[in-house]
Amino acid sequence: MTAFAAGPRWEAVCRYARLQPERGVAALLGEHQVALFRTFDGRVHALGNIDPFSGSAVLSRGIVGDRAGVPTVASPVYKQVFSLVDGRCLDDPAVGVPVYPVAIVMGWVRVGLP
Amino acid sequence: MPGRDLPGCFVYRTLDDLDAITAAAARAVGSRAAGRRSAVVVGGGLLGLEAARALRALGLSPQVVEIAPRLMPVQVDDGGGALLRRLVEAQGVAVRCGVSVTAIGEQRGRLVGRLSDGVELDADLVVFSAGIRPADALARAAGLPLGERGGVLVDARCRTGDEHVWAVGECAALEGRTYGLVAPGYAMAEVVADRLLGGDAVTTPADLDTSTRLKMLGVDVASFGDAHATAPGALEVVVDDPVAGTYAKVVVGHDARTLLGGVLVGDASRYASLRALVGAALPADPVALIAPGGVELGTEALPDTAQVCTCNAVTKGALCAAIRAGAHDVAALKAGTRAGTSCGSCVPLLRTLLAGAGVEVPTALCEHFGFSRAELFEILAGSGIRTFSELVQRHGTGRGCEVCKPAVASILASLGAGHVLAGEQAALQDTNDHFLANLQRGGTYSVVPRIPGGEVTPAGLITIGEVARDFGLYTKITGGQRIDLFGARVEQLPAIWRRLVDAGFESGHAYGKALRTVKSCVGTTWCRYGQQDSVGLAVELELRYRGLRAPHKIKAAVSGCARECAEARSKDFGIIATESGWNLYVGGNGGFTPRHADLLVSDVDTATLIRIVDRFLVFYIRTADRLQRTARWIEAMDGGLDHLRAVVVDDDLGICADLEAAMDSHVEGYADEWRGVLDDPEKLARFVSFVNAPDAPDPTISFGTERGQPVPVSLGLPEVAR
Repeated sequence: MTAFAAGPRWEAVCRYARLQPERGVAALLGEHQVALFRTFDGRVHALGNIDPFSGSAVLSRGIVGDRAGVPTVASPVYKQVFSLVDGRCLDDPAVGVPVYPVAIVMGWVRVGLP
Repeated sequence: MPGRDLPGCFVYRTLDDLDAITAAAARAVGSRAAGRRSAVVVGGGLLGLEAARALRALGLSPQVVEIAPRLMPVQVDDGGGALLRRLVEAQGVAVRCGVSVTAIGEQRGRLVGRLSDGVELDADLVVFSAGIRPADALARAAGLPLGERGGVLVDARCRTGDEHVWAVGECAALEGRTYGLVAPGYAMAEVVADRLLGGDAVTTPADLDTSTRLKMLGVDVASFGDAHATAPGALEVVVDDPVAGTYAKVVVGHDARTLLGGVLVGDASRYASLRALVGAALPADPVALIAPGGVELGTEALPDTAQVCTCNAVTKGALCAAIRAGAHDVAALKAGTRAGTSCGSCVPLLRTLLAGAGVEVPTALCEHFGFSRAELFEILAGSGIRTFSELVQRHGTGRGCEVCKPAVASILASLGAGHVLAGEQAALQDTNDHFLANLQRGGTYSVVPRIPGGEVTPAGLITIGEVARDFGLYTKITGGQRIDLFGARVEQLPAIWRRLVDAGFESGHAYGKALRTVKSCVGTTWCRYGQQDSVGLAVELELRYRGLRAPHKIKAAVSGCARECAEARSKDFGIIATESGWNLYVGGNGGFTPRHADLLVSDVDTATLIRIVDRFLVFYIRTADRLQRTARWIEAMDGGLDHLRAVVVDDDLGICADLEAAMDSHVEGYADEWRGVLDDPEKLARFVSFVNAPDAPDPTISFGTERGQPVPVSLGLPEVAR
């Protein structure tokens, strides 16, 4: 998380306290729909919110957990599982969703947009 | 004691005693006298507490009188006894310690127990459960020496005063002391068997395992080994947390390296693993063994000589040998070694041993738990664990997934853990249960208010129509005789439900693995052919079982005559009226593999019918696999429908009272989930489209029109090959 390196444009999304452990929320950042997840260890991950299998903007509503130690979210539509670390679909390696950098600054969750 | 033979006084020993107590309790509760009916239980040991809890469940107010300064004086110490008393009192059982009952008298048709401190207790019945009295009459008549407090006196060989006579079990007084537990009886029997074969086995009181565990709702207590630190130089390590309601003590040898015994109150989930370690070197610091969040004992910490099943004296070494010889599931281990066949508390350890030996447990729910849903249900019900985090930390690995989390959430709901979105439970729910609505194509939700029995007033229909019109929802009649409203966005759900709840509607649980509907035909009220009031019964059943969560959805129906217009035999439970009552069919199913329900009982009255359905549903909820409908559950059951009938109709397992109590507590605890959300700002806060733009509609959702109603339109997002 290189918060102040050149590149991403950082947008404040919500207070960190607004995120519930092991649950996601959706954020609307311009044309980007982002799903934010707070895992059990307190980290925050940001993925694209659109489930590539159904086309619906619902990944933020999936169940957070882990597969062999990798933190994951399962799409609530057809239950494919995505890695929160790199956005890869663990059930279909050809598919993935975008991953966004996250920074927590003064209690605010910021997401880096390309 | 004067008066101990008065009518209304009972001992708590045989099944006949229990029947007599149950009948007397029912008579007392049924009497029209003013005030609560009460019972005095003499003796606050294991059996006394069990008796008091049972009397409470029968509707009486029990008072336990224990002569010792604390409850279960043989098993627990003062510290554990203080907490135990609190837990027992919280179950509605009054406790008086340090006093004895000196006489029982009669007054105005009731009993009065006089206590040694002068207090008089009114009671409708008195139950004596003050220790066992050895059945030593035969030995007495034969002139054999007896123990000071009864029992046939035996020496370390279990031989009586006559060298040709041996005694084992509860009638034997080993060095003057008798034992009312199964393990010492087995140990004595082994000594005698060895002696008869010419061996030289002996046993002493110190060798006998007197471990005990009392498991009843809200009270979990266990004691094992040298619980009172009687060994010379023994050290006691105590972790006492009155806030959490747990007390744990381990007794270690003077070198602080050997575990000798312990006491666990409030949370005895470590009982099996600690008990197996008695006599072995401690695998960790004693405090860490009992502190919350301390060391979790795996089976690898146990030496081969440790007894995993102390009831039947089966060691870890013997179990590992059986696994190597091909016993690859719990049933095979039980059959081959007898481990886990008496009290069953070591069954989780058997499973851990199997997993440790690299045996794949086929019933494992997912990578996070080596247990089936039914086993997880037992663990949660028995241990008192009520959060996923604690469960996965103690009995699983990792942080769960979309398979185990909703399964655990469902079990927690069945155990009465409060609102499905309360606390950590919210994170376990599938999106449907999380938003209390059904996710549909495109990311919108559908809304189904409950319409019990399919009966709805014109005003109710108008409300539903107005809500659909005002929020632009598509409406369709469902197969379960209610109305589904499609196309609601997440942020609209609270406003939609505000209108529905204000008009008297409540959640239909169409989103949950739960009771859906009880469909009905029109019955005797209107139908010329109807034999019974099918609508009335369907409404009563739907209101009774609403909100009931289960391994899968449950559908039901009631038909008013054999013409079967409600299609009851395609349901999980279906009821068809007869001339004189009702026939109950179970295990019907539409779905991929349709199946007609089978007749469980015939021509029963309404009260009997409801009790059998209660038992059937709770038995299903407790023992079915995840996502197993009743049809597949009955098919997979050993003994099938006949076994089911033996359990829920004939009560062969003796669990029906417990099943009924569980359903009663569901019915009492029911509250509308949607009202629970509307009344709670914290839960309401989740119903937003975007955390940074709570009211902005999702731009990917859009609608067209078809046959005069809104329908979702795909915005042509990139197709993905699947």
